[in-house]
Parts: sequence; C-alpha cells; structure tokens
Amino acid sequence: MTRLRALWPPVVFGVGFLMLWEAAVRGFGIEEFLLPKPSSILSALRTEWAGEVGGGRITNLREAGWETGKVAVLGLILGVVLGAGLALLTTRFRLLRDSFTPLAVVANATPIVALAPIFNAWFGITGMASNVAVVIAVVFFPVFINVARGLTEVGPSQLELMRSYAASPATVLRQVRIPNAMPFFAVSLRLAAPLSVIAAIVAEYFGGPTNRLGPVITQNASFSRYDNAWAAIVVASVLGLVLFGIALFIGRLVTPGQRTELL
Amino acid sequence: MTAVKISDLSMTFGAGTPAQVNALDHVNADIAEGEFISLIGPSGCGKSTMLRLIGDLLEPTSGGVEVFGKPSAQARLDRDYGMVFQQAGLFDWRTVSANVELPLELMGHSKADRSTRSRQMLELVELGDFGKSYPWQLSGGMQQRVAIARALSFSPRLLLMDEPFGALDEMTRENMQTEVLRIHKELGTTIIFVTHSIAEAVFLSNRVIVLSPRPGRIHSIIDVELGRRDAAIRESAEFFKKTTEVREALRGIESGGIESGGIESGGIESGGIETGDPQ
Repeated sequence: MTRLRALWPPVVFGVGFLMLWEAAVRGFGIEEFLLPKPSSILSALRTEWAGEVGGGRITNLREAGWETGKVAVLGLILGVVLGAGLALLTTRFRLLRDSFTPLAVVANATPIVALAPIFNAWFGITGMASNVAVVIAVVFFPVFINVARGLTEVGPSQLELMRSYAASPATVLRQVRIPNAMPFFAVSLRLAAPLSVIAAIVAEYFGGPTNRLGPVITQNASFSRYDNAWAAIVVASVLGLVLFGIALFIGRLVTPGQRTELL
Repeated sequence: MTAVKISDLSMTFGAGTPAQVNALDHVNADIAEGEFISLIGPSGCGKSTMLRLIGDLLEPTSGGVEVFGKPSAQARLDRDYGMVFQQAGLFDWRTVSANVELPLELMGHSKADRSTRSRQMLELVELGDFGKSYPWQLSGGMQQRVAIARALSFSPRLLLMDEPFGALDEMTRENMQTEVLRIHKELGTTIIFVTHSIAEAVFLSNRVIVLSPRPGRIHSIIDVELGRRDAAIRESAEFFKKTTEVREALRGIESGGIESGGIESGGIESGGIETGDPQ
C-alpha cells in the first residue's frame, strides 16, 4: 500500500507533464524539428523499434538499445569490480593507498569521456572494446572512491572494540570494514548505473559501430528526423532506468536491515 | 585478589613536539576484584587514557598495568575484559542479538551457545524483546544497554566503561546507573568507570579516584560506602556529603590554576592511532 502511495504522485506528475507538452506543441504550433510531440515520438518508437536497416532507413531501436546496453552493462560490471577490488587492496596495503588514492582523486576530477577518441586509437573502432573502456573508466572512480571511504571511515570506538577482542586485521576487514562499506557501495552503484549509459552513448558519438544508440541519435538528427532521435533518447532513458533499478535492488540486497534512500 | 595493578604508569603523547602532553605521570593504583571504581577529573586529566592503558588499547610510555596478575596485553589477548564507550558503537548491519553475539562469534562459540548467551544478556539489560531489531530502531539509552550486553556476553571479569552514559538524558542516565549497579551486584564483575559526573561517580562507586590534569596524576581517592543504593539515597545527607567531598577535591584542582580542555578529545578519541589505520 505504502509503495503504491509513493508511486502515484510521480506518475500523475509525469502523465500531466506529457499532456502539457503535447498541448503546448499543438497549441503554440511549435515545429516538430524543434520539439516533437510525445505522440510523434511514440509513433517513431513503434515504427523504428525493429525496422529493417538499409535503403535509406538507418534505425533499428531494438538492436541499437541492445548493443548499447551490452556496452554499458559490460563496462559497468568491469568498472564496479575493478573499483571495489582496488579499494579493497588499497585498504589492505598502505603503500598502494598512499601512492594510488591521491592519483585516483585527481583523475576523478578530469572529464574521462574526453579520452574517448584516444581510446578509439588504442582499442580500435570496429568492436566494442573502446567504448567499453570509456564506460569502465567513468564507472571506476565513483565506485573506487566511495568504497575506499566506506572501508576506512569506521567508528574509532568500533576499531577499539575489535582490538579489545584481540581481532586480527583480516577479521576486522571482514567483520567491520567490508560491512561498513556496503552502504557506500550501494550509493556508488546507484551513481554508476545511469553513468554507464551516459558514458556508453557519449563514447559512441566519437566512433565505433553505427548500430548503437549514439550514432542513431546523431544520424537521425543530421537527417532532421528528430522524432527518431527522440525515440532513441527514450530507449536510452529506459535503459538507464532499468540499470538504476537493478542497482537499487542489489544495493538493498547488500545492506539488509538498513534504510535505502532513492538518491 | 587484585583485579588491576597500576605501577608507575606514564603516558606522553607527541613526545618531543610542541604539542607534547603528559597525559599520565607516574600513576600507581590497586583495584580489588569486585570493586566498582570511578575515575573522575577535569578534561585532560588522563582518565580515558588510563582506561585505555588498562585495556591495552594504548602502549604506555613507561610503567605497566597488570590485569588479574597478567600484563595487560596478555589480558587483552585472553579477553579478560569487556569495554563500553560513550558511543554505543553497535554495528548497523547486525541485528541487536547479532551485535551481542559478535564477541562470542570471534571467540568461536557454537551457534546454539551464542544465541542462548545473547538471549540471557538481553534479558539482563531488559531488552529481551528486541533481539531481532536493528540498532537504528532503538533509542540512545537502549543502544547503550545493548553495548553493555555485548560487553558482558562473554562473562569478562572486568568491565571498562568510558563515559558510557555521557550522551544520555538525565532520567535515562539514572535508570542506566541503577541497572549497572544491579548487574554489578548480580555478576560480581569488577567495573572501572570513567565519568564527568560527580553524582554518577558517588552513586555507583566503592571508590572514586580523582585525577588532576597536566601532568595527569591521582589527586585523591575517596571511599564511598553508601550501603543500599536506590533513588532515595540520592537525596540523603550521606550522598550529599560524599558528592561535596568529591566536588571539593575537584575544586582544589581547579583553583590550582589548571585550565581544562584537551587531550581526551584531541589526543585519543579522534586521534590517529586507531582511527585512520586499516589494520
């Protein structure tokens, strides 16, 4: 019941917003290339969902969504594993922490997607490797930094308590640091999941196979097929939402008994 | 039998630096088994440091502590004492009973044994119905009672308490004091209790050790024999006489021109020794 109650305000708001959008485009006579009506986007979604590519048609949204989804998910998984794994190692080995963590913080402040063209040169533009590499690089830092913080920001009295039990460092890691890092890990997953889709699409703008959401958006836009471009954006949003939902679910699994905030 | 023997104990933080603090300076004390001892004094007098040295959570600069006839380090390894801090320090990801069971788990007790013990301990602190709750669902006073149950779960003969009720409101605090006294009577555990509150120290203790700061020394030891301890005793002439005695001892320190503030907050609790380092 409470869940349903929490659901209806955003649904009502969303439907109202779409209706207002539709009415505004019709009422003010806004050109479709500036802002297509939601109904036009919906019909583009229908016709382009599984369209035959070739002969002037450039869009197959189902395929594009699937391919971009693969890039995002693969990059997300690898980035999360790498970020959390390195965070664990830096907590365990002081030298690694002192040398690597400051670098990671600096690297985190640089816009990673700017590296996409360079990754294309490194990993090639024919396969998905280059785009996946961009997603990994984007996902890695929030996960690494959050998990590392969760592993180190442990209450001083909790550490003293463990010392009073004569607990070994490995026990402290297993019983205190890792569980303490779980809410941080959950937050980083919720950050990283939508980020992975953004990174995948931006990377695709810079090159790679054309049957992906990124090229589909740019090509349709250049042919003034804005309804199709918007339809591709809708697919991308749904992809991001699905990944966010999965991240939320995993986050709840790893933090049993703790309250989960949406943001 | 002597529970804790403190011999010529000194502790200096930041030796050789401008921030050098003589937290404890050649302190001697004997604490008998079954005693309830309070350590009281202005901020910076080294009372928390003394407690941590007894528990081997810090290394003394010189001198030593024996707990039940063993060096304190050995006593820690033998898990001879339980510890309760101002923050309950419960683990959010564990239920209340799993928190109480943690020390038993680390000591390799069987599952059945652990759940029996944790049920007993939660009954003891009157939280029998809350085993399945999570810490954040409990009030501050209840969380602190869970911390006490956890400290007692493995039946240590010594309980070290560092301002355990400092963060609680007055009424909860008095209830907790009554409860700790009941536990002390029931289990016969030796208790060393750090506090800022004169009334608390007098109400709870057999002896109150008054410490003076910079350098941290024992200023005086006040014997308290109140007999039965209940709500009524707090309003008795006897109680008033003892609190006055402790207050005057503390005032004697203050008028000695010593300013307060310092090491307890700056040097230990938030300090770097334990907090920052992954072990």
